[in-house]
Amino acid sequence: MIFDYEVLKLIWWILVGALLIGFAVTDGMDMGVGNLLPFIGKTDEERRVMINTVGPHWDGNQVWFITAGGAIFAAWPSVYAAAFSGFYMAMMLVLFALFFRPVGFDYRSKLGDSRWRKAWDWGLFAGGAIPSLIFGVAFGNLLQGVPFHLDELLRAHYEGALLSALLPLLNPFALLAGVISFSMLTMHGGIWLQMRTEDPIASRAAKAVTIMGSIAAVAFALGGVWVAYGIDGYVIVQQPPINALPNPLAKEVVREAGAWLNIYDSQPIAMLAPVVGFVGIGLTILFSKLKRPGFGFVTSGLGMTGIIGTAGLSMFPFIMPSSTQPSSSLTIWDAASSHLTLTVMFWATAIFLPLVLSYTVWCYYRMWGKVTVEEIQARSHSAY
Amino acid sequence: MLDQTFVELSRWQFAATAMYHFLFVPLTLGLSWILFIMESCYVMTKNEVYRDMTKFWGKLFGINFALGVTTGLTMEFEFGTNWSYYSHYVGDVFGAPLAIEGLMAFFLESTFIGLFFLGWDKLTKRQHLMVTFFTALGSNLSALWILVANGWMQNPVGSEFSPETMRMEMTNFFDVVLNPVAQVKFVHTVAAGYVTAAMFVMGISAFYLLKGRDVGFAKRSIAIACGFGLAASLSVIVLGDESGYELGDVQKVKLAAIEAEYETEPAPAAFTAFGFPNDETMETDYAIKIPYALGLIATRSIDKEVTGIKDLMKQHETRIRSGMIAYGELQKIRSGDKSADVMAKFEKHKVDLGYGLLLKLYTPNVTDATEEQIALAVKDTIPAVAPLFWSFRVMVALGFAMLFLFAATFYFTAKRNIEQQRWLLKALLWSIPMPWIACEMGWFVAEYGRQPWAIGEILPTSLATSTLTTGDLIFSLVGFITFYTFLLCVEMYLMFKFARKGPASLHTGKYFGETTAPAAE
Repeated sequence: MIFDYEVLKLIWWILVGALLIGFAVTDGMDMGVGNLLPFIGKTDEERRVMINTVGPHWDGNQVWFITAGGAIFAAWPSVYAAAFSGFYMAMMLVLFALFFRPVGFDYRSKLGDSRWRKAWDWGLFAGGAIPSLIFGVAFGNLLQGVPFHLDELLRAHYEGALLSALLPLLNPFALLAGVISFSMLTMHGGIWLQMRTEDPIASRAAKAVTIMGSIAAVAFALGGVWVAYGIDGYVIVQQPPINALPNPLAKEVVREAGAWLNIYDSQPIAMLAPVVGFVGIGLTILFSKLKRPGFGFVTSGLGMTGIIGTAGLSMFPFIMPSSTQPSSSLTIWDAASSHLTLTVMFWATAIFLPLVLSYTVWCYYRMWGKVTVEEIQARSHSAY
Repeated sequence: MLDQTFVELSRWQFAATAMYHFLFVPLTLGLSWILFIMESCYVMTKNEVYRDMTKFWGKLFGINFALGVTTGLTMEFEFGTNWSYYSHYVGDVFGAPLAIEGLMAFFLESTFIGLFFLGWDKLTKRQHLMVTFFTALGSNLSALWILVANGWMQNPVGSEFSPETMRMEMTNFFDVVLNPVAQVKFVHTVAAGYVTAAMFVMGISAFYLLKGRDVGFAKRSIAIACGFGLAASLSVIVLGDESGYELGDVQKVKLAAIEAEYETEPAPAAFTAFGFPNDETMETDYAIKIPYALGLIATRSIDKEVTGIKDLMKQHETRIRSGMIAYGELQKIRSGDKSADVMAKFEKHKVDLGYGLLLKLYTPNVTDATEEQIALAVKDTIPAVAPLFWSFRVMVALGFAMLFLFAATFYFTAKRNIEQQRWLLKALLWSIPMPWIACEMGWFVAEYGRQPWAIGEILPTSLATSTLTTGDLIFSLVGFITFYTFLLCVEMYLMFKFARKGPASLHTGKYFGETTAPAAE
C-alpha cells in the first residue's frame, strides 16, 4: 500500500468529486439538451437533430452517474447507505424520471405517429429536468444538514416519511441550489447544441445559453450570500486522528453561522473555485455570442467544475452533516472504506479511468460534425 | 424490533425490480455475441445479407437494451435506497465489484453501443466490427463483476468482521474475485444468456420460414444461432452441475432445500426427482427417487454424506447460541470495554455473530432471547422447501428441452432442410419464452434459496433493510411496478411489430413486403 490511509481518504474525496464533475460535463449535457428539447425544437425534424447530437453518446455519458454511485458505495459506504435512503422520495423521483431517457431515445423515432413522438419528447424533457433540478436540491440539503442520526449499530434513522420527508427537502435554499444546477446544466446543453447544429437551432440555443448562464451566475452569487449570512455551517470541535479506523460517532460537531466560509479564510486558494465558477459562466456567454461555441463548451465545463468544487470545498471535510444530531455527521475521515478497499479502488480507477476517457474521446471524434436536417432525412429509418 | 411487514415489502421490491431487470439482461448478453458473429461474417465474406442480419437483429437488440438500461439504473442505487444497513455493513467488500463494474464494463458497453446503432456510415467496416466486439465484451464483463458481487453474498470469502467499524471489511481482494461460487455462477449465467439469445433468433427466424418469407435471411440466422446455442446449452448444464457441487460444499441449506432432503441419508444419497415437499411434517410425499444421484452430484464421491435439513437445523441452533455470546461481547466492545478477555471471547464466537443477529427479529437485545425465540430463529434458517424444489425442477426440465431443440435444429441445419421441418419450426416459435422462464427460475433458486441471509451466514435479510416506513415502500413498489409494466408493454409492442415486419424494417428494398408495397413510415 503506497499511500497512507489519510492520504487515500483525501484522494477519494477528489476522485468522487471528479466523477460528479464528469457526470455534469457529459450526462449533464444530455439532460440540458432534454431540458431545451420541447422549446428549441419547433418541428419533429429539428427535435430529431437535437436528439441525434447526443444520440450516440448519452448512454456512455449516463455511466458517469452510475459509476459515481458505485464509487460512493465502494469508497464511502456509510454515505451511500445514509444518503440514498435518507433522500428516499427524491431518489425515487429521480429514478422514475430517468426511466424515460433510455426508452425515449431508442423508441421515439421507431414509430411515425406524431402523438407518440411528442409524448416521448416530453418524456425526455422530464428525464432531464427533474434530475437536473433534484441534484441541486440534494446539494442544497447537504449544505443545510440532513435530519438523520446513527444508532449504536451505525444504522441510519431519519425524520418523516413520504411527503413529510419530501416537502422539507424543497425548502427555499435547496430550491435555489436546484435552480443553480438546472440552469447550469441547461446552459451546458445549450452551448453543446450551438456547437453541433446549424441555424435556426444553433441561434435559439445561443439565446438559451445567455438566459440560463445569467440565471446560473445570479443564483450562484445569491447562494454564496445565503451561505454566508443565512444558513449555519458545521464545525468539527474534536475528532479522532484522521488516519484512525472510521467511526462516525467518535467526534463532536457543532453548528455555527457562516462556518461554510471558513475554508476560504484558512486556505485562500480555495477562492479559485467560485472564481472559476463565475468566470466560466461569463466566458461561456461571451463565446456563445462570438459564435465560438467550441471554446464556450470548454468554459462551460470549467464553470460547472468551479460551482461543484465550491460546494465540495465549502463543506470540507463534511460529506453529509446531520442537522438533528450533528455528531452523526459523515465526513471524508469517518465515512470511508477500509485502507485495503480504498487502495484497490484507487488502482482500479487509475487504470480504467484513463482508458475510459481515451475511448470516449475516440467515439466523439468519429461521430463529430454538425447534425443537420438533411442528414436526418437521409437516415430517417436508422437515426434516433 | 424489526417490522416484519416492512421487511417483506423490501424483499418484494428487490425481487420485483431484479426479476424485471433480468428479463432484459440475458438477451443482451447473448445477442451481442451473435451480432458480433454475424458482423464478422459480413466483414470476412462481404456478403451484404450478413450486414442486414446484424442491423436487423441489432434493431431488436436495441429495443431490448433500452429497458435493460432503464431497469439496471434502479439496481445500482437500490442497495442504498432500500438496503441501507446492508450497504453500511458490507459496502467495504460489496461496493468494490459494483464500482469496478461501472469503470471496466458499463463504460465500455455503453460508450460503444451508440456507435453500434448510429455509426454505420461514419466508421470503416473493421472499426464498426470492433465497436460491436467491445459492446459484447462490456456487457459480458458487467455480468462478471455483478456475479463476483453476488457470489460473495452467497459465499462471503476474503473478508472479516471488524468490531471497531461495525462492518465487514475486505481482507483479500483476489479471494473475493476468484471466489469459486462467483466463477461458476458467472459462466452458468452468461451461458444461459447465450441460450436465451439463440432461442430468440431461432424462434423468430422459424416464424419467417413457416411463412415462407425471407428464407435465406432466416436460414443463415438459424445456422449461426443454433451452433452458438448448442455449445452454450451444454455449458449451462455442465456448469449448473458444477454449481450443484459448489452448493454441496458451501451452501448446504440451499442444496438440501432444492432436493427436499429433510433427513441425512446414508451416502451416497438418492436424488428426489419428483414429490411433494411438506415443511410441516418434514417429509416429501409421493417421492420418486433416483439412487446415488444426489451424492454423486453434490460430493463427487460415493462415501460423503449430504446433510439433511433436520441435522442442519440442529447445527444452526448451536450456532445461534454461540452467536448470542458473540453479540453480547460485541456490545461490550462497542461500549469501550476492549479487555483481552472480552476480545478473546468475541474472536472465539465471532464466526457465529450472524446467527445471533437472526434473533434481532424477535428481541432487539439478542442476548436475552427466550427458548421459544431461539426455536423460531432456528426455523427461520431454512427457506420454504416446495418453491425451491419446484422452480429448480422447472429450470432443469426447460434446460434439457432446449438442449433437444438446439440439437434437432443443428442436425437439420447441417442436412440443409430445416425449412421442411414444420414441427420443429413451430416448436421453436412457441418455445421463445422458455429461456426467460428458466432464467427467472434460476435466479429465484439462487436468491430465495439464500434466505434468511442477505450475506450468507453473516447478515440476515431482516436486519439489512433501510429504516423507512411501509408507506414509503408501498409508494415505491407501486411506482416501480406501474412504470416497468407500462414500459414492458411498450417494449413488447415494438418487439412484435419489428419482428413481424422482419428485415424489411431496414428499408433496403430487398426483403419480404417491400417489393409490392414501398415503404411508407
